[in-house]
Amino acid sequence: MNAPAPRASIAALPESLFAVPGMRCAGCISKIENGLAQVPGIAAARVNFTAKRVAISHLPETTIPEIQRAIAALGFESQPLGDELAGFTDESSRELLKAMAVAGFAMMNIMLLSVSVWSGASGGTKDLFHWLSALIALPTVAYSGRPFFRSAWNAVSNRRTNMDVPISIGVILTTTLSLFETFVGGAHAYFDGAVMLLFFLLTGRWLDSVMRDRARDGVSALLKHKAAGALVLGEDGTSAWVNADALKPGMVMLVAAGERLAADGVVTKGNSQFDLSLLTGESLPVAVADGDLVHAGTLNVDAPVEVRITAAGAATALADIARLMEDAGQSKSRYVRIADRAARYYAPAVHTLALLSFAGWMLAGAGWHQSLLIAVAVLIITCPCALGLAVPAAQIVSAGALMKKGILVKDGSALERLAEVDRALLDKTGTLTLGRPELTNIDALDAAAAPVALALARSSRHPLSQAVRRALEAKAVAAADITDVREIAGKGVEAIWQGKLARLVRPEKALFGGDVGASLAVAFQLGDAPATLLTFEDGLRPEAAATLRELKALGIESSIASGDRAEAVQPVARILGLTAQTGMHPQDKLDTISRLAAAGHKVLMIGDGLNDGPALAAGHASLAPASASDAGQNAADAVFMGDSLAPVVIAIRAARATQRIVRQNFALAIGYNVIAVPMAIMGMVTPLIAALAMSGSSVIVVANALRLKGAAQ
Amino acid sequence: MTGIAFLIPIALGLGLLGLGAFFWSLRSGQFEDLDGAALRILIDEDAPVDE
Repeated sequence: MNAPAPRASIAALPESLFAVPGMRCAGCISKIENGLAQVPGIAAARVNFTAKRVAISHLPETTIPEIQRAIAALGFESQPLGDELAGFTDESSRELLKAMAVAGFAMMNIMLLSVSVWSGASGGTKDLFHWLSALIALPTVAYSGRPFFRSAWNAVSNRRTNMDVPISIGVILTTTLSLFETFVGGAHAYFDGAVMLLFFLLTGRWLDSVMRDRARDGVSALLKHKAAGALVLGEDGTSAWVNADALKPGMVMLVAAGERLAADGVVTKGNSQFDLSLLTGESLPVAVADGDLVHAGTLNVDAPVEVRITAAGAATALADIARLMEDAGQSKSRYVRIADRAARYYAPAVHTLALLSFAGWMLAGAGWHQSLLIAVAVLIITCPCALGLAVPAAQIVSAGALMKKGILVKDGSALERLAEVDRALLDKTGTLTLGRPELTNIDALDAAAAPVALALARSSRHPLSQAVRRALEAKAVAAADITDVREIAGKGVEAIWQGKLARLVRPEKALFGGDVGASLAVAFQLGDAPATLLTFEDGLRPEAAATLRELKALGIESSIASGDRAEAVQPVARILGLTAQTGMHPQDKLDTISRLAAAGHKVLMIGDGLNDGPALAAGHASLAPASASDAGQNAADAVFMGDSLAPVVIAIRAARATQRIVRQNFALAIGYNVIAVPMAIMGMVTPLIAALAMSGSSVIVVANALRLKGAAQ
Repeated sequence: MTGIAFLIPIALGLGLLGLGAFFWSLRSGQFEDLDGAALRILIDEDAPVDE
């Protein structure tokens, strides 16, 4: 028997949502659902594989970290999702899908009746069929037309016009006139045309909305949601987890190595190194000691410290950046999508044409009834059926192709803006570089030492140990058997291997007699043998140089905008042959973008850090790697996975290909109108011809859009 | 002509039935996890057998 998804959650128990990006197979689903159901305190777990989420209903006293540990015990990494996501369902997509289903049902049944009328039903049968059509069409237009009527009303009441204005006018006029024809027993009713129009347009809308949902699910699964709180030291010496919004100045946080700070504060105990790269772009960890000021969002890499909070919540440096970001995002919301830009010219043209044909036929003495029929035929035939489908169809095919390549594009307008960019600004740390230390001298470890070093590195979560582990695992080194592993906070790890002491520790000057040079280094020592110094640096992303060359070939000039020091940026800039601005604050990056924008450039911002957030929001288009901060990923138009920088070029190429197809589709739609409109004006269009023309042109633009399947290369 | 009186309500009724079924499946969450549904068929539900 197969296993149905458990659906109903147990009432009255709190439910928490977790992102579990590691789910890949059927086995993972059953492992998580069955495994968690056996954990005391958890009532039920429900996996949504598509969104890579688990909804867990649990007893009120079961805490989030406890559940996370339970999931970790099953072998999966998980992140709690915030309430704003928990309460969120794909409401708008679902509404559109319902409207589309109703329109589809109505379209098929009205078509059934219409075909009989076209093939010769007359007299009472024809009238009956028209009445039946009206009976189906009126509720359908009222229900399925709402998304268009609402948006058209919003536009008109703001004295603007968009695609939905001609659509709404067309549908309402057509339905009203057809109803009148039905009353007087006329020859033609256009109910099928009106409903078919709604169906095709709703298909386009729904595709657009599905694309946004899919990307949003993908991005929210990537978000790290970290520093949602801190372990706070109570006065009696016990410690308790406190959520970020409940932290208050004066509290003392215990910050373990590898944890991000949840609030600004002053170090009161311990020495460590802090990685500020997400906040400032500075690549080298900074040493902190008693009395040093540390900021929310920075990462403690070395040893546990105690931090007395001086500012929390909206008062932190982090919150300042968030505010800057909010302001910067407003220029992006002013962008008008290509379909709406087309509608600015399209709508007045269509309405003028319909009005002119009405006036023309009146003057020619055709009588108001006949003239009105012809005017409505013009409206129906010009209604932007293909236009409404042309853009979303192309964009969703392209976004699907990009998603397969690991690039999540957030919405259709992002693709349009991405196609327009002609200038790129790149952050250094984490964007051009990997943003994590990489072992540079792996050959310093001989065949005997490497397995021991790997075993030691695996037993520590320190970033440098992780780098050693990655480098050795990539060379397929098998770990040695070690015993008595001890992690000494702030120093390193040591263990016993074949009776000898093996150590992977912070390099001490005494050990090497003098300066150790690079400050990113660890010492590896086996028994009494002399220690080996392992050095690290933040390496360039693979294919960075090739990507920048291709950007240039695409006509996009690039430069570096980094918050790091000039000495740190210079080598990267020299290798890549780029000009660079250094030591930039978030506000400086914003200023650079607005200066370039004022000079007529469309700026593409590529960055990852919190400090890039405002610039990502302000850029004409923006990209962020999946390793970026949550703020960076939220602000960017698209997020790319993996280490390579090549997706940047792939995304721009695909966006431009999409724009080409969209323009072709517009040309097709205009070409069709050039043939169909004169026919309509001459009064030769019957409902049969309108139906054929409408579905024919829609099929053509969708088929053209499908050519984008291979766009992401 | 009397055939129409039967056939049209039947045709519309069948269409409505389909629409109703779609709305029901949408509301009962069958479209919420399409990839997961495809995988769940592979999971063996080994219910303990009472003997």
